[in-house]
Amino acid sequence: MNYVIIGNSAAAVGCIEGLRKNDTKASITVISDEVHHVYSRPLISYYLAGTVTHENMVYRKADFYEKMNVKTMLGSKATAIDAKKKAVTLENGETVGYDKLLIATGSSAFVPPIDGLDKQNNVFTFLKYDSALDIEKLIDKDAKVVIVGAGLIGLKAAEGLAPVSGSVHVVEMADRVLPMILDEQGAAPVQAKMQENGVTFHLGITAQKVVDKDRVEKVVLKDGTEIACDVLVMAVGVRPNVAEAMAAGVKANRGILVDENMRTNVDDIYAAGDVTEAVDVTTGEHKIMALWPNAYLQGRAAAYDMCSAEHDFDGVFPMNAVGFFGLPIITAGVQDGEDMQVLSTGENGESKRFIVKDDILVGMILVGDVDRAGIYTYLMSEKIPLSTLTKKLTDDDFGLMAFEEEQRNERLSS
Amino acid sequence: MKKVYADEKWCLGCGLCNVYCRTCHSETNDIVKAHNFEEPRPKSRLHVETGEKVNFALQCRHCDDPKCVTACITGAMQKDPDTGLVTNDTDRCVGCWTCVLACPFGAIVRDEDAGKVAAKCDLCVKSGEPECVKHCPNNALKFEDRE
Repeated sequence: MNYVIIGNSAAAVGCIEGLRKNDTKASITVISDEVHHVYSRPLISYYLAGTVTHENMVYRKADFYEKMNVKTMLGSKATAIDAKKKAVTLENGETVGYDKLLIATGSSAFVPPIDGLDKQNNVFTFLKYDSALDIEKLIDKDAKVVIVGAGLIGLKAAEGLAPVSGSVHVVEMADRVLPMILDEQGAAPVQAKMQENGVTFHLGITAQKVVDKDRVEKVVLKDGTEIACDVLVMAVGVRPNVAEAMAAGVKANRGILVDENMRTNVDDIYAAGDVTEAVDVTTGEHKIMALWPNAYLQGRAAAYDMCSAEHDFDGVFPMNAVGFFGLPIITAGVQDGEDMQVLSTGENGESKRFIVKDDILVGMILVGDVDRAGIYTYLMSEKIPLSTLTKKLTDDDFGLMAFEEEQRNERLSS
Repeated sequence: MKKVYADEKWCLGCGLCNVYCRTCHSETNDIVKAHNFEEPRPKSRLHVETGEKVNFALQCRHCDDPKCVTACITGAMQKDPDTGLVTNDTDRCVGCWTCVLACPFGAIVRDEDAGKVAAKCDLCVKSGEPECVKHCPNNALKFEDRE
């Protein structure tokens, strides 16, 4: 059997480890346009801040490919997939045949049209290690950084760059930080924490134009505010890298549509990770859930299906843990919706918000106090009726004690 | 593999397991220094839950397919394929708390003092037998292979 994986991040590793659990002999080839040994993408902001070394950027140890007996073609971009001939074509014209293919091509930063924004040499996105290495060359204690977008990527960039640069300005169209994952109550303490650490925000406004041609010297906002700039980071959003897959007949909306086993509509072609739209098991809807742990699990689920092996895969739903300057945030599931009840508690920048529908926990936002959050995640994934619990979600001492005796003892004896 | 099992019928909720867990995970290995003097202050890796009628102590279950390991964004959290032990490489952990989000038992402890890392039960590999079990005054914790 000959497995080929396009991409070399969390989904690829999930797939490799899943394949090797079931098949020690098969040929596995990883094709990636990036040259690096598999690294942890979320750590690039830590690398810039100087808190993670180059050596510790690796997601799996240096001998990973060797131990897993994986052939790597790094620095090779896959430019076409031929689903009939079952082959992948690389940029250099070479073709790589497959029996089963995993598309784990991730996503790319979406750069919105802004007046004057061209290919200036100090404009970056913040998804890849190479971007971080390029940014690093321009950063010193006087560097003025402007970041467009206050989502997860923009704010992690701000956190990473604030300690090593002169100033960091963040411009965001929405009226709050992290608008996709936090409500106002959750966003306020995050913004305050970042401001304490030297980050300046321009919220509810867009960047209208940038000046000049070869190098962006300043960013001009809609209200005329001018922000001096040495490094511009564009972090307004991402788009799944679906072009090559779609050209091969793989169905996609924004992301590649996959079933619960990560199969696409084309035989023997699977997809996993940020490139996909998969079923959110808490809502039943197809959506992009571009998050590291999900990517790993999806890659592994694809591997088990490729090997026709039994697999206990519960599916995925949106969930995220992130922190800024020591303030931890955990979110999962939906933020709000029809017929939903909200339970909230907390003060002084620590808050918990639970979203409940028909006696089932369907979403949560925890800011500041995230201890034992996985118990809530478990309630969500197992759809445990909250009325069977002996404690309220908002209780300070919420824990396994809240479960009925039988369930609790089953948990304790696992 | 051998794991620590709690029997809630016998647990007094006294917290001695916490005391010895913390001591075992200190630099000084001294019960007084570990609790009152050592900096950074070592953390216990277990949770004692107390109720009106029952109490129990809970630590990492060293799951067969640990959600903390598949969720870990750095690769610091790993399950040893030979011993089954789930361990966190604190040099590589960045304290993102994705493992805290993923662990269905709420077993992982946030150690903000020791450089913001995830702390968890390591079955006291350093001393051979889990200290919580050794010092439980009512045999409410057992170290057994039940598989």
